[in-house]
Order: sequence, then structure tokens, then C-alpha cells
Amino acid sequence: MVNNILLAILVMAGVTYLIRVLPLVLIRREIKNRTVRSFLHYVPYVTLSVMTVPAIFTATNVIFWSALAALAVAVVLSLRGCKLPVVAACACFTVFLVELIPF
Amino acid sequence: MITRKTWFARGVRDGMPIAIGYFAVAFALGIKATAAGLTPWQSALLSFLNVTSAGEAAGIALLGAGTTYVELAFTQLVINIRYLLMSCSLSQKLSADTGILHRLLVGYGVTDEIFGISAAREGYLSPYYSYGAISVAVPGWTLGTLLGAVMGNILPARAVGALGVALYAMFLAIVLPPAGKSRVIAGIVAVSMAASALLTWVCKHFALTWFTEGFRIIALTVVISAAAALLFPVKETDNTAKVEVAEDGQ
Repeated sequence: MVNNILLAILVMAGVTYLIRVLPLVLIRREIKNRTVRSFLHYVPYVTLSVMTVPAIFTATNVIFWSALAALAVAVVLSLRGCKLPVVAACACFTVFLVELIPF
Repeated sequence: MITRKTWFARGVRDGMPIAIGYFAVAFALGIKATAAGLTPWQSALLSFLNVTSAGEAAGIALLGAGTTYVELAFTQLVINIRYLLMSCSLSQKLSADTGILHRLLVGYGVTDEIFGISAAREGYLSPYYSYGAISVAVPGWTLGTLLGAVMGNILPARAVGALGVALYAMFLAIVLPPAGKSRVIAGIVAVSMAASALLTWVCKHFALTWFTEGFRIIALTVVISAAAALLFPVKETDNTAKVEVAEDGQ
């Protein structure tokens, strides 16, 4: 049983750090295999998309519609080439505004 | 030639929205940590050393309910295994002559969001970009947890909730511009989102509690990326990295 919170925190941190750092330390060369390279090329797009939907709809915890509006705003601004901070700020502001409307 | 200072400054700039989003998410986490019996300083240390929302939330839940060190370690492994894939992907963004110390430090900052902005940079990634992002994002994450733990119930839930979408808006700002230029990437993004929504619904509907969000992320990432790699292998000439490094004269 866990009787030392500090040790528990260190165990968690150790496992998490190893997961993050091992590939960076062990894979030091450019991978030549075309399929593996293609796989790693697509990983960011897939993983970020998977993390966004459906999680964004429960992110606001108050009203589903505010998240949907924020999603729409973020999609439009992103496709128009707005910078990251602008997209993030506008999405937050949208949630705040939509949640002011009493349904 | 892009200097280290410029890379660091770019990292700080792109890290700012992450820091704000982190602050909001961490604030909520701090409230949970206090409820589970952690002191505010323990909560802050937890966040500073782990920098992982899902992992910490699970850890806090386990600590609150009573657990073992082995269970804690295994839970982190399962929930955070996606970082392994992200780091594999990032390993190809670091130039081969990036030293071991840089790799150890960059590894500390492989979060969903810092990975996202790093992957979005064209060409090779300078470790100083990561350091810039880490230098604002981690304080945001740690301070958010500390403040949530100390004064959780003072801030209105509404304001915290509004900040919570910042991270997802950022993800969209990262994946959508390339999707606008490439039909393959647009298709991959659409399929990924649809599959994720469907799988989440299926898990909820059939009460598959063992198929956690962490599992879903990694399962979908492996399957969809592998299918995409087989169907649409990237061209050898796609590697803009080489060109940029030559220009940088590194």
C-alpha cells in the first residue's frame, strides 16, 4: 500500500518520464524505412484529432452548445490561417459569450 | 540562420496559449488533489514532475481511494503510453547531432500540446523551441494546480470552463491548416475524429470501462496512422528538414 505520497509522486513521474524520453534517446538516426516514416509522419494529425473529438464537447462542463460554438469558431479561424494564440483566445471567448445566453 | 534565442522566443510565443489552457485544466486538477488528501505543495510537485493531465487525474483518483505503487506505475504506463508514439515521431524532428542532454530535457516536455506545436514546425526542431514552450507551459500547469489546491472554490466554474476549450482549439489550429492544403491529411483528420467519437460512444454505451481514453487514443493512432502509411506513403522528397538544416548551416 502507498504510505508515502512523495514516493508515489516519484513513481508516477519516473514511469511517465521514461515513456517520453526513451524514444528520443534511443532513436537517434533518421529512419529510412518509408512505411515507418510515413506512419510517424501521420501520427500527430491522427492523435491530435482523436484527442479533440469528442473531448471538446465535455470540456466546458456547463453547456454542450458553447463547446460546439467554440469548435465552429476554431475551425473557421484555423482554416483562415489565424495564429494559434488567436484561435485559442477566440474559442475561449466564444464559450464565455454563449454561456451568458440563458437557455 | 535562426539563433537559439529566436527559437526560444518562438517557443515562448507558441507556449503562451498552452500555459493559459494548462492553468485552467490544472486548476480543476488541484481541486481534486486537495479532495483526495494531497497538500497543496504535494499537488504542485505532482504537476511539476508529471506534466500530464490524464495521468495525474488517474493518479489522484487512485491515491484518494487507496492504491499500491505497482498499480500507480501501471496506470501511468497505460494512460501515458501515447507519449511513446509522440516521442518516436519527434525523434525524427530532432537532427541526428542533437546531444543527449538536449534529448533528456526535450523529453521532459513531451505533452500533448507541446508535441502538437513542435510537430507543426517545419523542418528540424531546435531543442530551444521546446525549452521556450516548457518555460511558460510548465509554470502555468504547476501554478494552476497550486492555486486550484489552495483556493479551488473561489473562482467561478464558468470562467474556468471557458478556458478549458483553449487546448482543443489549439489542436484544431495545428491540424486544420495542413488539412486545408492536403486532401490526404484532411481525410485522415476527418476519419480520426469520426472514429474517435464513434469508439467513445461505443465504450460508453456498452460500459467498456477497461477501454479507457488513453487506450482509445493509442489504439486509434496506431490503426489509422498505419493504414494511412500503407495507403498514402509520404514521398522521399517530402523531407523539407534536410533543406532547412542546410540553410541553417548547422
